[in-house]
Amino acid sequence: MSHAYKKDDVLKIINSVIEKVGKGGDTSKDSIYRELSELQTIIQETRQGMAVPEASDITDTHIPVATDELDAVIESTAEATGAIMDACEMIEERAAQIGGEQGDAISAQITKIYEACSFQDITGQRITKVVGALKSIEIKVGALMGALEQGTQGQAAPAEPVKDEGEASLLNGPQLPGGGISQADIDKLLEDF
Amino acid sequence: MAVNKDMNVLIVDDYNTMLRIIKNLLKQLGFANVDEAMDGQQAFKKVQEKKYGLIISDWNMEPMTGLELLQAVRGSGESFAKTPFIMVTAESKTENVIAAKKAGVDNYIVKPFNAETLKTKMVSVIGEFE
Repeated sequence: MSHAYKKDDVLKIINSVIEKVGKGGDTSKDSIYRELSELQTIIQETRQGMAVPEASDITDTHIPVATDELDAVIESTAEATGAIMDACEMIEERAAQIGGEQGDAISAQITKIYEACSFQDITGQRITKVVGALKSIEIKVGALMGALEQGTQGQAAPAEPVKDEGEASLLNGPQLPGGGISQADIDKLLEDF
Repeated sequence: MAVNKDMNVLIVDDYNTMLRIIKNLLKQLGFANVDEAMDGQQAFKKVQEKKYGLIISDWNMEPMTGLELLQAVRGSGESFAKTPFIMVTAESKTENVIAAKKAGVDNYIVKPFNAETLKTKMVSVIGEFE
């Protein structure tokens, strides 16, 4: 278990070492060596403290819990949307039985509900993108922790996976406002093609 | 010539909600013979087994995407190679539209869409059906 050192302890050791070195021959090398060893222990334990256990919580708990929660959001919204659509289909059947202007008016509103239900598909795709980003962070944090635990400072995290230059680079999911082109722009593009 | 609304329509999407939405909108437009597939592979199998007057497909699906389905249909050399094909997707970048057009798509709808857009694009691809 790591010992929680205070900044004052570290300064005390450093000052003591400087003082002893300054005195020259009056101080034994063993005494300086002991204090430097203690300083080294503090540095090592501090480094381990950074890596374990707090940092491992990110990959062992925080990110898996976050991705599970997001998966649950997709599942819940799919269930809710399914229930809404079940109800809409029943209302639509009744609207057909009613017929006439009343029936048409009900059907028109049902159409709007169907259109609005497409939110589930879009939010699902957006959440899937976030889950992918979290998993990427998990891999990078894991690599960083590995480097810290081994004490190999400067060890680089794994390189970013090279994106397939083919169709995969075209699959970006729903865009934020301004990120993609509108239906009108698409129509024009197709006309000009 | 008016379009026969009894024709078979194949809708392809990996989200069940979207399949239901499109199916219900098609029903409102008078198209009742609608088959569903959850990815390109399933869809291509259906296309080989049954004649469809229209395919409406999402893009981002596994294991076979909508673009791969489109390429498979167009490149098949079979009687179904020219089946009208509308891509309905959240992919809304210029390069997506260009790639789909190059692969032979007949029209492209970006999600989320409304019933009017679906109807307009269907008319432009298969003709008037009112």
